[in-house]
Amino acid sequence: MRYLCLIYLDEAKLGAMPQQEMDQLNARHLRFNAELLASGHFVEAEALQPAAAATCVRVRNGKAALTDGPYAETKEMVAGFYVIEARDLNEAIQVASRLPSAPLGTVEVRPCRDLEVEGEAYKASRKSPGRTYQS
Amino acid sequence: MGSAAEAADIAAIVDSVYRAESRRVLATLIRQLGDFDVAEEALHEAFVAAVEQWPVDGVPDHPRAWLITTGRFKAIDRLRRRSKHEVALDEEGLERIEAIADPATPGEDEGVEDDRLRLIFTCCHPALAPEAQVALTLREVCGLATEEIARAHLVPAPTVAQRIVRAKAKIRDARIPYEVPGRGELEERLESVLRVIYLVFNEGYLASSGEALTRHDLSTEAIRLAKLLVELLPEPEAVGLLALMMLHEARRATRVSPEGDLVLLEDQDRSKWDRAQIADAVKLVEAALASRRFGPYTIQAAIAAVHAEAPEAGATDWAQIVGLYDVLVDLQPSPVVELNRAVAVAMRDGPKAGLTLVDAILARGELADYALAHAARADLCRRLGRAGEARAAYAKALGLTAQAAQRRFLERRLSELSLSPARGAG
Repeated sequence: MRYLCLIYLDEAKLGAMPQQEMDQLNARHLRFNAELLASGHFVEAEALQPAAAATCVRVRNGKAALTDGPYAETKEMVAGFYVIEARDLNEAIQVASRLPSAPLGTVEVRPCRDLEVEGEAYKASRKSPGRTYQS
Repeated sequence: MGSAAEAADIAAIVDSVYRAESRRVLATLIRQLGDFDVAEEALHEAFVAAVEQWPVDGVPDHPRAWLITTGRFKAIDRLRRRSKHEVALDEEGLERIEAIADPATPGEDEGVEDDRLRLIFTCCHPALAPEAQVALTLREVCGLATEEIARAHLVPAPTVAQRIVRAKAKIRDARIPYEVPGRGELEERLESVLRVIYLVFNEGYLASSGEALTRHDLSTEAIRLAKLLVELLPEPEAVGLLALMMLHEARRATRVSPEGDLVLLEDQDRSKWDRAQIADAVKLVEAALASRRFGPYTIQAAIAAVHAEAPEAGATDWAQIVGLYDVLVDLQPSPVVELNRAVAVAMRDGPKAGLTLVDAILARGELADYALAHAARADLCRRLGRAGEARAAYAKALGLTAQAAQRRFLERRLSELSLSPARGAG
């Protein structure tokens, strides 16, 4: 089953991190990703640019309205994410707790779900095995 | 076949089997069927079948095994008959259940681990909301009805029902596995279980005399649960918690006066303490301490044991208690533990020594809003003859607690001080 792991970090603290420490953190993540790939847990991962680089899109009455910045101004922002494959929540939690960024912030672990159309279940991801939806 | 009297006998047998075995049957059905609700339906149907068939076929040699098998078959029937939109499991899931074979020797328990242990750990999973852990445990492991749980917590029944529904949904949707944690996670997960059990106990223990009837059952339930846990998983901290609760329970009769007022430990009528329960608890404490793998609950139990073994308050071995608090402060550093240690130091070394410690804790600001800290300060000042400071501290404590019995106690102390001859600041 798939789980989304959202990594929340305090951007101010991150910004204050010396370059060398940041390099080490990044290297740990990249090494970790290779491990996850080998163990079969890795589906996808990305590091995100800071929240200021975000744009929010709302479409109402056919018109797209944009606002700059992230959805929520909170102390900790989404800094990156993983989609992992895990047998159950315990395994997902174990993977999440080993993420190199985990000691620095909060990781939200949320199960992914199928999309139902007329009683049939489909995977949203095009990268997973399973029934694909043909319109 | 079967007269009315025989039918009544069978009904009584089914009833006693229900009381003795229904939780174990449920725990196994949850594992086999992979879903709490499906398993509960199956359990119900199995007992209905027992009431119908045992008068005809006789009571089986192994009722638990019969109920598990019957429940499972009933569930398979039900799942197959459901329409596509309702089906809880896909074909693969159904086939897996159908393939389950019962143990060759009926009555021989399948698997090394008791399914009740799986059930306890699942109900107390940290991914579930804390109130949900308590409600789910009381319902699934202890077999309490939703209404009983609601009454005991002074919370509306629909609220409890909703907590349980959400918890089961989370178990299903997030796929919380039905398993006993491995060695690596066991200590942490056990902490969660023990926390739930102690929460249940304390909710029973803190009842005022008005609600005594329902709340007392909660304490009994918690002790029963802890005994089961210790039987299935004799970890030292589980043993320690059981001992701690038994020691509290042994003194229950003397804790509150007939008027509902708090009676201090030093004033309790020790002849009314349950000496047998104390003796049993002390043995448990000693076993837990001997393991050398003990934790905070065990030390708290050891402290309670020292109190409980003293024939009268004056004979209390305060030096030993302080020594135990030294260990506890190490294991579970917290200002509240330090405060309790300070009170013990005051008993060993005199109020001045205790006051120095209490003031140091208060100076750090951590217990500024904790009524008991100010009550402790007040008591120590009172013993030192510093009436003015005592009055101020009692007043502060009163401002911080809404608990009726505690307020009456503090008010009484305050009024006792007002009767003392010295006027103004003491």
